[in-house]
Order: sequence, then C-alpha cells, then structure tokens
Amino acid sequence: MKSMLPWYAFISATVITLFALRFKALSSFISVAAVLGSFICSCLVFARSSVSAPEFTWIELGGVFKVPLGFVLDSLSKTMLVLVSGIGSLIHIYSLGYMRNDEGKSRYFAALSLFMFAMLGIVLSNNFVMLFVFWELVGFTSYVLIGHWFYRDAPAEAAKKAFITTRIGDFGFMIGILMIWAATGSVVFTQIAPRLPILMAHPAFLTVTALLIFCGAIGKSAQFPLHVWLPDAMEGPTPISALIHAATMVAAGVYMLVRVAFVIQTSQTALLVIAWIGTITAVMAALIATQQNDIKRILAYSTLSQLGYMVMAVGLASNEAAIFHLFTHAFFKALLFLAAGSVIVMLHHEQNIWKMGGLSRNLPITFLTFVAGALALIGCPPFSGFFSKDAILTLAYERNMPIFVVGLFTAFLTAFYVMRLLVIVFFGKPRSDIARKSKESPFVMTGPLIVLAPLATIGGFAFFARNFFALPIEKEVGALVPVLAIGVLILGSGLAIGFYRNRTSEPFDIALLRHKFYFDELYNWLIDWTQELLARIAAFFDRWIIDAGAVGGSGGGTWGIGALLRLVQVGNLQAYLFLFGLGIVALIYFAVFR
Amino acid sequence: MATLGDYLIVSGILFAIGFAGVLLRRNLIIILMSLELMLNAANLSLVAFSRFRVQPTGLPDYNAQVFVFFIITVAAAEVAVGLAILVALFRARQTTDVKDISSLKF
Repeated sequence: MKSMLPWYAFISATVITLFALRFKALSSFISVAAVLGSFICSCLVFARSSVSAPEFTWIELGGVFKVPLGFVLDSLSKTMLVLVSGIGSLIHIYSLGYMRNDEGKSRYFAALSLFMFAMLGIVLSNNFVMLFVFWELVGFTSYVLIGHWFYRDAPAEAAKKAFITTRIGDFGFMIGILMIWAATGSVVFTQIAPRLPILMAHPAFLTVTALLIFCGAIGKSAQFPLHVWLPDAMEGPTPISALIHAATMVAAGVYMLVRVAFVIQTSQTALLVIAWIGTITAVMAALIATQQNDIKRILAYSTLSQLGYMVMAVGLASNEAAIFHLFTHAFFKALLFLAAGSVIVMLHHEQNIWKMGGLSRNLPITFLTFVAGALALIGCPPFSGFFSKDAILTLAYERNMPIFVVGLFTAFLTAFYVMRLLVIVFFGKPRSDIARKSKESPFVMTGPLIVLAPLATIGGFAFFARNFFALPIEKEVGALVPVLAIGVLILGSGLAIGFYRNRTSEPFDIALLRHKFYFDELYNWLIDWTQELLARIAAFFDRWIIDAGAVGGSGGGTWGIGALLRLVQVGNLQAYLFLFGLGIVALIYFAVFR
Repeated sequence: MATLGDYLIVSGILFAIGFAGVLLRRNLIIILMSLELMLNAANLSLVAFSRFRVQPTGLPDYNAQVFVFFIITVAAAEVAVGLAILVALFRARQTTDVKDISSLKF
C-alpha cells in the first residue's frame, strides 16, 4: 500500500479525466480521497525509520545512458512528502468550498491530482531525468491551473507567461543535466557524488554546470530575472496560488538545489552568484510589495521575497537553513493565501485592498488565522518565521556581511508591507458595501485555516523542527542577530501602522515600485524588438531568397530558356538540317580531335 | 597515280556539293538528288578505302565494297519511298517547294 504513495493522485487524475468529468461532486470526492491516501502513506513512510523502494531500469541506451526508476527516501524527502501531501490535503478540502460553484470543478480537481502526483514524484526522484520529467509535469499542471478560467484574457495570458518563462530556465537546467551526465556518465544522484572529485581539476566547468542547474530553480522558484511570471500567476484560483505558487511548486526549485547541493557546493563562484540572486530577489520583491494594491499580488511578492531568502541560504552553503525556511514558509504562506482566499470569496472576488477594511469584525476566524500567518511571515517571535529567518540571517552574518545587511533591510520591508496589508484589510472602517456586508466563510474553508494556524505558529520551535522535520538547527551565535531582526521588525511594523492607520487611499506614490521596476515593460520591449528583428530577417529571406530566388528564379529561368529556344524553332526544314549538320560537325570535332 | 587523299578530296567535294544542295535548294526533287549525291560521295570514299587497304594476300579489303552495295540498295529503296511521298505531297499541296511545307500536320 505504501508503494502506491505517489500513484493515488495519478490514478485519481486519470479516473476523473476519463470517466468522471461530468460528475463534479464525484470527481472532487475522488481527488480528496486520493490526496488523503497519499498523506496517510506519507505519514506511515515517515514514521518508519528505514524504508526501501524497489528500483528497476527505465531507460538504457548502449550501456552509456542508464536511467533507473528509483526513489530516494531520506529524511529530507520523507519530510517533504509529509509537507506536500499534508498541505495538499488541506488545500484539497479548502478547494471543496472555494470551487463549489465552479463550472470546471472536475477539470480543476483532475489537474490538482496530477499536480500532487508530479510534486510527490519530484520529491521522490533519485535521478536527474526522473526529476526533470516530474519538473516539467508540475510546470504543465501549473499552466493548466493558472489558466483554469481560460475564457478570460488575463488568466490565459498569465498561464502562457508562466509556462514560457519557466521553460527558459528549464532549458538551462536540461543543458546542466546533460553536462553532468557527460562528465560523470550517470544521472543518479548517489552515483554522481563519488565521481565529482575527478572534475575538481576543472573549476570553470563545475561553475557553469552548477549555474545551469540553478537556471532551473531560477525559473521554477521565480528568482530574479525570471520572477515576472509568479505575480501574474495569481490570476488562477486562490487555492492554487496557495498550493502551487506559494507552498510547494515554487519551493521545488529550492528542494532541487538542496538535493543537488553536493554539485553546487563544489564551486564557490556559483555559490556566490546564487546567494546574490537570492538576495536581489528578496529585496526587490519586498520593495515592489510595498506599493501593490491587490491582496494576492502582495502575497505573491512576499512569496518571491521569501524564496529569495531560501535561495540565499542555499548560496550560503546551508541546506538546513534553506529547508527549514521552506517548511515554515510552506505553512504560513499556505495559511496566508487560504485566508486571503476566504476574504476574496466573501467579498465576491474583490481583490483590491482599498475596497476592504474593518474585516476583523466580520471574518473573525479568517482574521485571527491571517494574523498568525502574517506574524510568522514577518518573523515575530515566537512564530515559526522568526526562527527560520533568524537561522538564515545568522548564517549571512557569519559568512557574508553585505548579504546580511540587505537581508536585514528586506526583513524591515517585509514587516512594513505585511503590516500595511493587515491594517488596510482588517482594521479601520469598511471602505465598500461588500466589505460592510461580508460574513465568515463556511467551515470547509475555515477548517484548513484552523489546522494551519497552529502549525504556522509552532512550526519553528527547535524541538518541532528537529523531531518532526529531522532537521539539525544552526548553532546559536549570541543575541545580536535576533535583536537586530526584532528591532527592524518593530521599526517596520510601527512605520506601517503609523502611515496606514485610518487611511482610505495610498499616501505614497512611487511609480518605479508600483510598476514593479518596469520589468514587464522591459521584457515586452525586448521581445518586441527581437521579434521585429527576427521577423524582418525572415521576411527578407522569404521575399528575396525563397520568393525571388527559388520560386521566381526557377520560373523565370524556365521561361527565359524557353524564349531562347523558341528562336530556333523557325519551322524551316533546311534551317533544322543546317543545325543538324553543325551538330554533327561539332560531334566529330569533339570525338576525333579532342 | 592518284593517291587516297585525291579520292577523299573528290569525295569531300561531292559531299559538300550535296550538303549545300540539301540546304540551299528549295525544290524537293533537287534536295533528293543532292541526298543521293552525298550517299555516293560516301560510297566513293569507301571504295577508295577498299582499294588502298590491301590485305597480306594481295587482295583489296572487300568489306568496304560490301558496305557500298548495301548503301546502294538502301538508297534505291529510299528514293522509291521518297519519290512516292513526294508525289503524294504534290497531289495534296500542288507544290514541291520546301518553303510552302513548314507545318507538321495538314
């Protein structure tokens, strides 16, 4: 039964797609049952100290390219299993409420099941090829789910943007995998590791390989400069934003980096690049988040920012800190998104925070759970985010001072924009009719919130992390870092409360941040420009080489030769004979005298 | 004593006269006659070759003379067919001038 772990979701997706697309209630039931089955299996696997899975050969080409169908079951993947299937279960249940009146409910649940299958596959893969296959599969399900409401323009565009942008990163990832295979002759993680020392003599090769693999994470985990797809992905249903674009799929990039950390850590240059990309993403996203007005977009930018922290930790060569933050973030960000979804549904799909206000009275459960998530996000002790963010900041303090300073500034910004969100949405007076008349969500939606809130709260305690996640915690170094972190937290929160209390509109207007550093405009311009150039080259080629050269040339040539030869056809017998005689003379000349 | 070269020159002159007649004259009967002249020029050179290629036995090479007989026979047949066509043509078109016969089909 345990060996079925990832397959429940796959069977569910297949059954729904083939047989149950017409029966909405049945499909949602199948999907929820499958994810609960996966969750129970994950818990059983987690509880057992040693579990082995059968391994057999999947692809074998001439003895040089071997891909086994094998699973890795260490503490890292076991913990990820519980996390993915656990949060997945809660979000499936929540979806029952969020999507209850949706036309495409069956399609939604089929894609959700397929996503669960692919995500569990990523976690369990023991080689690069399997990982890549599942990696693309989550990309595809993400595309399907972002574009769930495909009949509207914005989600359709966002789905395309997400898919294409991540594909750019995946291309680098694929080349990286091929380079690893070419150098070591294997794609299995455990076989690559002992063969790496041979490559130590070629540091440049290792750096390039590590950075190409990191490209995959840049795309999937939405790091700078491929971060543009994630905020747009918020066009999808909110449970999808919570599950795929906050808790699991975008964290898959970080998980992959940790899984192949033994490759990345062979190159100091690559580590430095990774750390700085994470840092830039963290601070850039936090800056943008301070000027956004859409509740889900603010959360999306905070996701970007937190992913930046995780990548920063990977770049600082600490898997523990990265994974620790991944876990706590999965809990509190799923919680925040689900709470935001509860607000959005109760406000009839209003997402502008300036149309909300005073919701703490109408949606008490949502409010309390949202506060728990928000406090965890800004790293307020004793909520989980405090410990994990502190672990990363301590690490940065020890290993790279400039990164620490930027990281601390990001923590300040995080406190600022989260408090801004909290104050505007839940306090003050309601700023619209729907906000005034809103009421609490049904239990099927608040239930998962109530489960997630305590997890987001206690998820960071050392005993919890160590015993439940089987993670070692970085050693404590004095009180300086926590004190600084709490200092910027109080400063940021205080400023936000001071600025935004009792406001009815945005007091600042920073165009650069509101337009997200003009990344979309830049990319549009770039794409337009390259496309125009390519189109011009193609048009030139088509007009002059194909049309004028090949088509016109053969036509005109035939016509011209015909016109020339027509001059010979005079209809005079004796002229023909004369030519005939000339021909014979020429023949004799060539036959005899040459 | 005439040499092989002399015979060949005469043969060449005859052939050239015949070819010029075929090319330049307009009357089909004259053209047929010129054709015969060209054939006989070839015959002349063949006979000359036969005469000057003496075998070790002291006899000339008769192969060429046999060839000439064949040519004469074929030429006779050709003239018979050619004149028949010419008569038929004259009956149809009342002319033997090649300028008037420039189409492939009546």
